[in-house]
Amino acid sequence: MGIKLLLEHDKVEGIRYYDAYRKHGGYRAAEKAFKMSPADIVEEVKKSGLRGRGGAGFPTGMKWSFLAKPEGVPRHLVCNADESEPGTFKDRYLMEFHPHLFIEGLLISSFALGSNATYIYIRGEYAWIPDILEQAIAEAKNNGWLGKNILGSGFDCEIYVHRGAGAYICGEETALIESLEGKRGNPRMKPPFPAIQGVWMRPTVVNNVETIAAVVPIINIGGDEYAKIGIGKSTGTKLMSACGNINKPGVYEIDMTISVEEFIFSDEYCGGIPKGKKLKACIPGGSSVPILPANLLLKTAKGETRLMNYESMSDGGFVSGSMIGSGGFEVFDEDQCVVRHTMTLARFYNHESCGQCSPCREGTGWMYKILKNIEYGKGKMSDIDLLWDIQRKIEGNTICPLGDAAAWPIAAAIRHFRDEFEWHVLNPDESQKRNYGLAHYADPIHVAATA
Amino acid sequence: MIKFSEEKLKDIKELISHYPEGKQKSALIPLLHLAQDENGGWLDASAMDYVAELLQILPIEVYEVATFYSMFNTKPVGKHLLEVCRTGPCMLNGSDQIIDYIKEKLGISEGETTTDGLFTLKPAECLGACGYAPMMQLGKTYREHLTKEKVDKLIDELRGQAKN
Ligand SMILES: Cc1cc2nc3c(=O)[nH]c(=O)nc-3n(C[C@H](O)[C@H](O)[C@H](O)COP(=O)(O)O)c2cc1C
Ligand code: SF4
Ligand code: FES
Repeated sequence: MGIKLLLEHDKVEGIRYYDAYRKHGGYRAAEKAFKMSPADIVEEVKKSGLRGRGGAGFPTGMKWSFLAKPEGVPRHLVCNADESEPGTFKDRYLMEFHPHLFIEGLLISSFALGSNATYIYIRGEYAWIPDILEQAIAEAKNNGWLGKNILGSGFDCEIYVHRGAGAYICGEETALIESLEGKRGNPRMKPPFPAIQGVWMRPTVVNNVETIAAVVPIINIGGDEYAKIGIGKSTGTKLMSACGNINKPGVYEIDMTISVEEFIFSDEYCGGIPKGKKLKACIPGGSSVPILPANLLLKTAKGETRLMNYESMSDGGFVSGSMIGSGGFEVFDEDQCVVRHTMTLARFYNHESCGQCSPCREGTGWMYKILKNIEYGKGKMSDIDLLWDIQRKIEGNTICPLGDAAAWPIAAAIRHFRDEFEWHVLNPDESQKRNYGLAHYADPIHVAATA
Repeated sequence: MIKFSEEKLKDIKELISHYPEGKQKSALIPLLHLAQDENGGWLDASAMDYVAELLQILPIEVYEVATFYSMFNTKPVGKHLLEVCRTGPCMLNGSDQIIDYIKEKLGISEGETTTDGLFTLKPAECLGACGYAPMMQLGKTYREHLTKEKVDKLIDELRGQAKN
């Protein structure tokens, strides 16, 4: 069994409620934090090496130290609970089953950042979760953990739950801020960064739910101890939400030392692939990160075992690697069609584009149309190159990273599965009746001997 | 025309107090959710104008938000909105077959409402339940691990409720 920091008490009855949470060591980190100075808390988080769990992996302690503190201007912590990246459902798990861990993390982080009014921006579709969070907030408040003059520290804090209304783009931090202000979710140009001018033009830190929850064990065990867990710059534990064709889909906490193979096939995690089918491909970190064929997933291009962490997953860059991203881990068995899957992603990004920049607005729609043609047996060989061309013209040419996020999955699908696309074009009738299958995607890769 | 009860208006006042003085527009999305619930699942111009008045903002500020977010319906919908996710992870687990089955069973296409006004089928994009696929959103709940049998049962149940 790997180390569990966030889901340590996952099986404890009633952990959703204050009494059980407190009995199992809950709010001990908060007690400790209120004896520290805000600057010391930021320092611990820096030492922990914690990287943002929302997808980009930016060091949290560093982000916190960038927060502007002009005299007399309130600052805010806004928690990103918009969780809409296909494949990702871990924040939901934390909020549904461990609300007090999350609230404790928010409390400590609010104290460290000086946020007297902290907001949880939660995707509107998670319509039953605000009640769970509000109940936890009320319990925390009744026990003196929120409200005025917390633990006699002179620090006041309120946490408010704010529901969105269905828009993936509102997970992008500046779109989230616009949405919290009651506007359309159009991302802002940066700079200014939220740390200087965020919500209501006040200094703002936006952090993911899991990032905030991780602050609790960091304070409990200390930043140095936290940093000892894992490998290299992948410190601590990470929640993975596993889905697709696996025996045991669900949310797993891993320390980032295990191999991809172990994660997929061991009974402690995904439990292998149903019906003994073979592994064809995987998107390891949410729909925006590159898809990898089985052979490149399990081993890097250098022939090394690939591990479940930031560095190993991105080994080989976009040529032969991928990213840990949001931790949305999606497994494809040998009977799945990469073309059809890529088409659903193109439709997703087209649906979710806010429409502000033409490369993203027009490009995502165009790519979806072409992919639909290929999938339904109406594609041309030149369409594959056209797709490649369009995605390249989107990448890097937009206001926010949604454009890149739409381009990358298509680029990776063509890069690694080009012959599956070609087969669709060349066999328009057959491709309507059967899938391309496993082909050579799990064959061992020839590693060139180094001279 | 909708009008919130005195009690709702008190809740709304409390809601607005979550945001800084003068930033009451921040309560717009939460208020639109309330208005849509009150108005039979969709927002007409009068409901949006009412929200604008409550927040003392221009009606256009409300319209542009209502039309941006996928959860707000600016056209009437059936009593039950069946929002079946069809993005990649759900597709790998058979969401296409579930959608086809619902279409056939109810005799409607995507975006349409049954003639009895009970059901609207609306394909959805990833709802954060990928590990429990295939799935749909039904009102404030998720129905997960869908099968044809579960769809049958659900539709019978909802039809039964409508008769009582
Ligand atoms: C299109 C898009 C969608 C995003 N969606 C989310 C999301 O749902 N949840 C999240 O935490 N971060 C999301 N992010 C990343 C946020 O912009 C931001 O980096 C993150 O919330 C920062 O928190 P962290 O440092 O704790 O990870 C998204 C980014 C983009 C470009
Ligand atoms: S890249 Fe797309 S989603 Fe991002 S701002 Fe431009 S149009 Fe909007
Ligand atoms: S893909 Fe259907 S819930 Fe995520």
